[in-house]
Amino acid sequence: MFLLHEYDIFWAFLIISSVIPILAFIISGVLAPSSEGPEKLSSYESGIEPMGDAWLQFRIRYYMFALVFVVFDVETVFLYPWAMSFDVLGVSVFIEALIFVLIPIVGSVYAWRKGALEWS
Amino acid sequence: MIIDITEVQTINSFSGSEFLKEIYELIWLFVPIFVLILGIVIGVLVIVWLERQISAVIQQRIGPEYAGPLGILQALADGTKLLFKEDILPSRGDRRLFSAGPAIAVVSILLSYLVIPFGSHLVLADLSIGVFLWIAISSIAPIGLLMSGYGSNNKYSFSGGLRAAAQSISYEIPLTPCVLSISLLSNSSSTVDIVEAQSKYGFWGWNLWRQPIGFIVFLISSLAECERLPFDLPEAEEELVAGYQTEYSGIKYGLFYVASYLNLLVSSLFVTVLYLGGWNFSLPYIVLPELFGMNKIFGMTIGIFITLAKAYLFLFIPIATRWTLPRLRMDQLLNLGWKFLLPISLGNLLLTTSSQLVSL
Repeated sequence: MFLLHEYDIFWAFLIISSVIPILAFIISGVLAPSSEGPEKLSSYESGIEPMGDAWLQFRIRYYMFALVFVVFDVETVFLYPWAMSFDVLGVSVFIEALIFVLIPIVGSVYAWRKGALEWS
Repeated sequence: MIIDITEVQTINSFSGSEFLKEIYELIWLFVPIFVLILGIVIGVLVIVWLERQISAVIQQRIGPEYAGPLGILQALADGTKLLFKEDILPSRGDRRLFSAGPAIAVVSILLSYLVIPFGSHLVLADLSIGVFLWIAISSIAPIGLLMSGYGSNNKYSFSGGLRAAAQSISYEIPLTPCVLSISLLSNSSSTVDIVEAQSKYGFWGWNLWRQPIGFIVFLISSLAECERLPFDLPEAEEELVAGYQTEYSGIKYGLFYVASYLNLLVSSLFVTVLYLGGWNFSLPYIVLPELFGMNKIFGMTIGIFITLAKAYLFLFIPIATRWTLPRLRMDQLLNLGWKFLLPISLGNLLLTTSSQLVSL
């Protein structure tokens, strides 16, 4: 894990910042009162008794957006190294990157026309 | 014999000093982190105070005034109150997800402060991947929100969690090409290098003038990433009670509250770093070190002051939009993200690369 010394401070920061919520939970656990009751612990549904579970099927649209997101996110990750060495690589690699960006754009135009980006 | 003893002594003293040195290094690793966290906490308190005061002025009321002078300590009082409040775990929910959600949201947002520079050497870690680390880490927070929405086993929370995830992934996509064009302009992802690249020509050298389209797209996307009001669908009070926070009480609710303000602060700091010239004084023809002599500590203080001043002045925009713009509908939100901002930001990237190509 500690192979790169540059990232030592990152791990230290991660450890210290993870201590913050734990510390908050512990302090609140010591200080806060607790009185339990069946009504109090039931989930809130505008004052009426909760009907059924909330762990059920949800809209497929969320899934469609997540799929399109993965495509574009991976694409931008690949573009970062290209942008870093842009001044060295020059025109030919610019054209390659252009083709690389065009492929997801064509895909997204297809998804758009197929209605994957429509909410209703 | 004598030589042996002295040798052993020197070796002992050497290893002792090595040990001390390691301890010393370890302490020096943690001191800046604690200072930064302290600064962040104070910064968040100031933001909460600013937001409440500005909201009060916009709505023509007085706002917090009793806790401390001008109500400065109001946020601290609220936080302490939340520590003393009962922590309710919904009986049908998933306990682990319910507790892990707010913790993940806070930790992931706090980690982004690692790469924010307050001066040329005042950065916790000047990583070569800089802004990219921010992009990577900021997409962990929606997982925490989704976990808390799912773990509550409440219909409002579940819808809120899903909306939060959908919204933040949709606006991450236009955000990344904007940051990408900035790092293309400065030929580096390191935040320090990005600020250095804007240091010439005072405020005419800001990336704001070189990337006006990118700035506007970044502004809208970062507002959406922070779930500020025109885009606060995940916690829309009128529809979803409080979204993913519905079941939360006590300090876990407080962690969400802190997380949202931490996010606001970090995005305004990133606007400062990426577009508004960071710690530079930014008035052309005035070079600060010449003005005040080359005092190093004074220079650092000025750097921190300028960065924070820019960030907090910028914060007036998100706070004022909260009370001026109505909330979007879900389909409008996703249309804005996917059909408007995404093509624009890709076009902006193309424009930036073309202009860089011409200047090669």
